[in-house]
Amino acid sequence: MAQTNRIAKGGRINRGAPLTFQFNGKNYQGYEGDTLASALLANDVHFVARSWKYHRPRGIITAGVEEPNALVQLESGEYEVPNARSTEIELYAGLKAKSVNAEPSIENDRLAVNQKISRFIPAGFYYKTFMWPQKMWPKYEEFIRDAAGLGVAPTELDADRYDKAFAHCDVLVVGGGPAGLAAAWVAGRAGARVILADNQPELGGSLLTSTEAIDSKPALEWVAKLEAELATMPEVRILRRSTVFGYQDHNLLTICERKTDHLPPRQRSGIRERVWKVRARKVILATGAHERPLVFANNDLPGVMTASAVTTYVRRYGVRPGKKVVLFTNNDAAYQTAVDLSEAGARVVVVDPRPSGRGTLPELARRLGIEVRNQTVVVRCGGKLRVDKVELARYQNGKLAGSAGTLDCDLVAMSGGYNPVVHLFAQSGGKARWDDEKVCFVPGKSVQAEASVGACNGTFALDATLAEAVGVANATLEQLGFTRGAAPVWKTAHVDESAILPLWLVGERDQVGRGDKQFVDFQNDVSAADIYLAAREGYHSVEHVKRYTAMGFGTDQGKLGNINGMGILAEALNQSIPKTGTTTFRPNFTPVTFGAIAGRELGDFLDPIRKTCIHEWHREQGALFEDVGQWKRPWYYPKPGEYLHAAVARECLAVRNSVGMLDASTLGKIDIQGPDAAILLNWLYTNPWSKLEVGKCRYGLMLDENGMVFDDGVTTRLADQHYLMTTTSGGAARVMNWMERWLQTEWPHLKVHLTSVTDHWATFAVAGPNSRRVLQKVCADIDFAAEAFPFMTFRAGTVAGVAARVMRISFSGELAYEVNVPANFGRKVWEALMAAGAEFDITPYGTETMHVLRAEKGYIIVGQDTDGSVSPIDLGMEGMVSKTKDFLGKRSLFRSDTRRNDRKQLVGLKPVDPTVVLPEGGQIVAAPTSGGITPMLGHVTSSYYSPILARSIAMAVMKGGQSRLGERAYVALRDGQCVPVEVCSPVFYDVEGKRQHV
Amino acid sequence: MLQITCPWCGLRAESEFSYGGEADIARPSDSEALSDEAWGDYLFMRKNTKGVHKEQWLHASGCRRWFNAERDTVTYQFIRTYPVGASGSGDTHGAD
Repeated sequence: MAQTNRIAKGGRINRGAPLTFQFNGKNYQGYEGDTLASALLANDVHFVARSWKYHRPRGIITAGVEEPNALVQLESGEYEVPNARSTEIELYAGLKAKSVNAEPSIENDRLAVNQKISRFIPAGFYYKTFMWPQKMWPKYEEFIRDAAGLGVAPTELDADRYDKAFAHCDVLVVGGGPAGLAAAWVAGRAGARVILADNQPELGGSLLTSTEAIDSKPALEWVAKLEAELATMPEVRILRRSTVFGYQDHNLLTICERKTDHLPPRQRSGIRERVWKVRARKVILATGAHERPLVFANNDLPGVMTASAVTTYVRRYGVRPGKKVVLFTNNDAAYQTAVDLSEAGARVVVVDPRPSGRGTLPELARRLGIEVRNQTVVVRCGGKLRVDKVELARYQNGKLAGSAGTLDCDLVAMSGGYNPVVHLFAQSGGKARWDDEKVCFVPGKSVQAEASVGACNGTFALDATLAEAVGVANATLEQLGFTRGAAPVWKTAHVDESAILPLWLVGERDQVGRGDKQFVDFQNDVSAADIYLAAREGYHSVEHVKRYTAMGFGTDQGKLGNINGMGILAEALNQSIPKTGTTTFRPNFTPVTFGAIAGRELGDFLDPIRKTCIHEWHREQGALFEDVGQWKRPWYYPKPGEYLHAAVARECLAVRNSVGMLDASTLGKIDIQGPDAAILLNWLYTNPWSKLEVGKCRYGLMLDENGMVFDDGVTTRLADQHYLMTTTSGGAARVMNWMERWLQTEWPHLKVHLTSVTDHWATFAVAGPNSRRVLQKVCADIDFAAEAFPFMTFRAGTVAGVAARVMRISFSGELAYEVNVPANFGRKVWEALMAAGAEFDITPYGTETMHVLRAEKGYIIVGQDTDGSVSPIDLGMEGMVSKTKDFLGKRSLFRSDTRRNDRKQLVGLKPVDPTVVLPEGGQIVAAPTSGGITPMLGHVTSSYYSPILARSIAMAVMKGGQSRLGERAYVALRDGQCVPVEVCSPVFYDVEGKRQHV
Repeated sequence: MLQITCPWCGLRAESEFSYGGEADIARPSDSEALSDEAWGDYLFMRKNTKGVHKEQWLHASGCRRWFNAERDTVTYQFIRTYPVGASGSGDTHGAD
């Protein structure tokens, strides 16, 4: 299909490089240098979208980042991008896109019927209507979510890679238009380290569409000259296609650089997007301004665009979006669009509510013979899928004064003035200030080290912009300790302007909501009537109106409509705009992909993976692994044909009846040395440490200052001033931090050194009645006789020829030894122990078996049987709480709340049916329930089938549990059943504890 | 993200640090003699300063040292950072 709207000459497109692309299943042609939007307009495609709520036909309204309507689902599969703005998508060969929020197509949209009922579904409709019956909400929600909304989340994994970079600079210039270029050039020439970030593929900003001259030459020659000089400055970095999306604390700015989106997916290589985190000594914001639409009936029809967008399509892309144009403006600047269109061969009528003025651009328009209707406004557009006429009214003294006829047209260009892009300034903490004369918000006082120049500062004229940029750049250089740079005077023609006329809502106030909708926020289908409705219903704060109407939400965050909305709200409330105020501008300026935020921290790179030195052996034996913190621990070792339960039963019985071995290298280990080591241990643990002899081990409970258990483990006194503490596998870093903090902040006088040695030692638990015999075979220099090496003691020696620390401790209740050797010798010693144990059928066991064995003994696992609200008394371990010394958390054990006897306490549970294994997390109730509200007594914390007892067992925390032993209770299951259980002691096996002492 | 001057390592990004809450809360020496209320005060009650706040930071991914800072909670500007035990500005009692 021919590009019927393409102008014969001009524009910054490459006519030698035609590109074929697909939109909503149809093929079209555009040129290299086009955006998807400009290429569609070149083909006279205006109707590109259905609106969010009413499913009204919508067109392309802008030419940039502020576009609310023309969102597309770009590409498919692993390259799919939802809600891409067609005004920013650079065209490439084979591009495929389709409209969002329309099924099966925008022409035959199933929900287009919503337009007919739109009068009855104003703001707040969903809130008011779908409140009852409450249980129907999931059904309503399903329908509403389907009906509303924009693009669809991709289902396939993103094929692209993303990256991050950190940078520091003297001056970060945001925006590569005239102001930004001038500032960067001045700062760069003076030797400052400058980063210039611009969101377009080429620098120039507003000059890309300008007819103005600088130093008597086309402005783009000035751009090219400065760009070339910047390229020669070694300390200047230019980031193109890079959007500064966040202004954070301490002058940290976040930039998303798009590296490959302009290429066909198959030609992309390397990373797609890079997030820059730039710490700048000073920021110069030169972010320009966005043009405001005007608010009149049916102003959302396809073919209604902002005037500056029309100019951009004509001058930058060589596209004339319409032939018969009505330009509706309340300011002089938009007359440029009339001039551009007229030069491009379109017939233009200008409609201006102001009386005739003497501004440079209106004069030029008149000289070109363009018809100007002053003191006239557009009150309504007509047309179905495209605007085809406008209704005019006379406008006098701020009021409508009767009809002024209609005009046929195929395009309406509108301009309600300009909004400086103060978003980054506001994100930096600054408060925007209302400027009555310029009729816009401009940056107020700086909070961080930044300055705004050019249009984003309300300085719209080119001559003033360049002068301001040079001045600010030089002041910045001086502040940063550089000598002031050049102060060039670039000559531009001065443009005279008549004052802008504030015009927020075109129409009678008492008729709002009666006729066709007058749209304010296009993306969220918010009309002037919705704002009046919100005001009538008592929403007077602009933040409340935003949330009631949805104005300013969505992917555009109200870039286009918000200021109009605030103007209309101010009128509705009869108050000034500064009193009405703005909503908060938050990061991100534009949506940022999840990929860019994640960068390379994906999959295996999300978090470090820690493996013990025996990991490969476990893998070779077919172990399945469990994540414990960052560690990979063997979970169980299935034999061929074995599932979890059979393997665990086999492993459990091996330990109980002969011998098993567990890789416990992940245990946290902290080496404590110094004359005051015992004093520190006395503070950290609930039990006393002063009298622990060298060569002995002791179990300790560690509390936080609230008196709640947060870690436990065995500590061994290796020498007079030398202890080795073990912690839970997941708690090692937390315990180390805790100890360091107290030592540094509260007891700096204690002479103690801490060293984390978790990774230095491989640790194996050899457990079971035959464990002694296994060790005796590989260890000649330690006497393993029961009396010579009693329970809870330590011996140094050699195991399989490797220097080792051997502790006789047990987490299974069996005779057991913990062998510690330097990690580099770990596998050798492990294999030697396996070989020595072969005659006893030594069985490697994993964490699941470890859990069952300890639960049979009622040993807790911190973080599973405790949750940060469990004290040692709740655990029935009051005997471990010293009466004679202070320790961290002690005082809290005597607070009234911690002394309550109806606190949740650790108990055992035996299901009456011994084959039923309770679900962990199951709630305990006093009697079987049949719905309704039942008081919950506690919950199951650990639950297993015990092979040695041939029955199910569980540990639980239960209100007043220690006084309920022997009682019957019930565990409520998700399916409504209640399982009867007997409350019992948590020690199920070898209650007297004889087996570990043999 | 803030920038914080570690007294030992210099100016670094906030991501290297972790926050430790209000500074200068001494652990009561004779805790068992305290009323529930006084102990609760030590445990739970913190200033909610608008303005200059004394607080603790840990250079967790750096030298692993705790230090004190004076920071304005309105502007997020650090007035100064100093070793634990050294005196803050306007602080009359120094290290023991």
